Amino acid sequence: MIDKNNAIEVRDVTKKFKVYLDKGGQLKERLLFKNRNRYEERWVLNGISFSVKKGEAIGLIGHNGCGKSTTLKLLTRIMYPDSGTIEMSGRVSSLIELGAGFHPDMSGRENIYTNAAIFGLTKKEIDERLPEIIEFSEMEPFLDNPVRTYSSGMYMRLAFSVAINVNADILLIDEILAVGDVNFQAKCFNKLREIKAQGTTIVIVSHSMGQIEQICDRSIWIHDGKIKAEGKPRDVHPQYLDFMGQKRQEIAEKENQSKEAVKNKDAVQNKDNQKTENREAADGDDKAAQAQKEAEQNKRWGNGRARILSVTMRDKDGKDKKVFGTGDQAEIVMKYKVKKDVIDAVFGIGIFRSDGLQCYGTNTRIEQFDKFDLKKDGEVKVMIEKLNLLPGQYTLDIAIESDDATPVDYFKEAYKFEVFSGIGDVGVVRLDHRWEV
Amino acid sequence: MIKHFKELYDYRQMIFSLVKKELRGRYKGSVLGFLWTFINPLLQLLVYTFVFSIIMPNNIEKFYLYLFVGLIPWLFFSGSMTGGAACIVNQKDMVKKIYFPREVMPVSYVASGFVNMLFCFIVIFAVVIVSGVGVNPVALLCLPIIMAVEFVMALGGAMLTSALTVYFRDLEYILGILMMAWMYFTPVVYSMEMVPERLRPLFNLNPMTPVINAYRDVLYYKQIPHLSTLLQGLILGVIVLIIGSISFNKLQKGFAEEL
Repeated sequence: MIDKNNAIEVRDVTKKFKVYLDKGGQLKERLLFKNRNRYEERWVLNGISFSVKKGEAIGLIGHNGCGKSTTLKLLTRIMYPDSGTIEMSGRVSSLIELGAGFHPDMSGRENIYTNAAIFGLTKKEIDERLPEIIEFSEMEPFLDNPVRTYSSGMYMRLAFSVAINVNADILLIDEILAVGDVNFQAKCFNKLREIKAQGTTIVIVSHSMGQIEQICDRSIWIHDGKIKAEGKPRDVHPQYLDFMGQKRQEIAEKENQSKEAVKNKDAVQNKDNQKTENREAADGDDKAAQAQKEAEQNKRWGNGRARILSVTMRDKDGKDKKVFGTGDQAEIVMKYKVKKDVIDAVFGIGIFRSDGLQCYGTNTRIEQFDKFDLKKDGEVKVMIEKLNLLPGQYTLDIAIESDDATPVDYFKEAYKFEVFSGIGDVGVVRLDHRWEV
Repeated sequence: MIKHFKELYDYRQMIFSLVKKELRGRYKGSVLGFLWTFINPLLQLLVYTFVFSIIMPNNIEKFYLYLFVGLIPWLFFSGSMTGGAACIVNQKDMVKKIYFPREVMPVSYVASGFVNMLFCFIVIFAVVIVSGVGVNPVALLCLPIIMAVEFVMALGGAMLTSALTVYFRDLEYILGILMMAWMYFTPVVYSMEMVPERLRPLFNLNPMTPVINAYRDVLYYKQIPHLSTLLQGLILGVIVLIIGSISFNKLQKGFAEEL
């Protein structure tokens, strides 16, 4: 039995999907082609248990395909678990599919009635809520026009207004807070807060950590069909972002390996090129390799007297990190190899936001270092005591130059990192500041 | 079970609005529109009457009326079975994406067919009066009971076919033939007396036999149907509904994945 303080109890839920290799739903196909009914079983959830207290808001996070949306679908009872139980108390409303059952030829007003009816409201209940729905949607002037004349933003606004005014005990939301313009979004957010204050239990699936942090009391991180971590959003999200960062790094490394493989192949092919019969095929491969090289060249150039071997960023404990909090300590560490002496060497760094904005750049010449030469391999560190960048994704460029500003090794996008923050200040950087009120 | 009924009751507004949509949308875009509700059965009546009273004459008096009072209820039943079969598949976008008690779909489909039948009954009464047969008010009181029994039966059938069609799409087309055969094994175009004695027990297992006979008792013979006929219909109807709703309940859990 469900605890009376809980709105949702999920116990040991598992779910698998049949992935048909080639599905035949017709009689002929079922009988004639037995093979067509072959399928693979894919486990999406491998035993998930959690409970949500009445009036609590939780966020489900995880990478694509981790099972968080499936969990939400199980909660809405669109699908049923293969084992385990789900118990819920109270009326459930879902903001998963907005505007389901909207009829394009019917007017906005009529559609409010049909759509609300799908949520299980009676005519009387809808009548009561109609003014609120209309007011919230800001659609009053268009209400008697057919829905097909609406813009997609208007459509979504109307749908959201209906769904949010159902007055459910449990509200399930899947990645839809991107409704309408900025003002309407803010309004939706405020409405969600208001609903939460009234004691509605809320479950949100989102990739936006910020949204979850603003509304939820608790985050549940689902990974490969299991709960990996659970707790306050501010505790769970850094772990999650860090994990995702590592994952990206792994992927990047794999890509590098395959590039290396292509290069090696290229070298072999070049030898083969002397054999005329292979020429044509090799030409094709050559072109591909060339393109690869060019791409590499676009990211990296210089005379090659010295070469950057590795770049990393470390946190205050000296651990390699790809995710930092705003204001955390970060140390850039790069190793280099010297082939020929570099006279009057200059080291430089540049930090760019994912949209290309340069957030910061400096080098040892600008900062008026004494002149130095590079004669043997070594390591350079840049200590940033407070990484005051605001949340976002960033890339780090690293450069070695020689005296006359000729690039020795310019390494574009040498390192990628991400910054998160629990505070909602906006802009590029957080300036050190103090309020006096 | 009771919780289930309560939930379905909570969704009554959805059922109403779907019935409305179905009735309004059915003949949308056609020139004669809603008139088709009447024209279609009338044309069928014309064909059957031509065949069975001119080409293959029988000794049933006022055969057109005899046929008409059985044909209209039959069309409702067979329409519920064949049309109802597609009602979940046709709404797959909704079924896949939002929650509502799935029974809403067959219930509203059958209900819209039922409303259609009620409209046709206006024509039946007109014909009954014009033909001079007239009505027996006492017998007429039984009509709602018979209609309710048929509704229950049609609903059970539609629940079964709609759920099965999700897993097995051919059913929709197989049903077309099946329902034609079923019609000829039901005393719609002939009377029970014409059926050879030894086959009658078999006909009595057909749930539609007592229903059609009861309609005929009330509207054609102007008499109160035998209690046994009504009871037989009711029992068979309830059996069909139980089978339909149990299988529907079992099958509906997989709808979202199968569609």
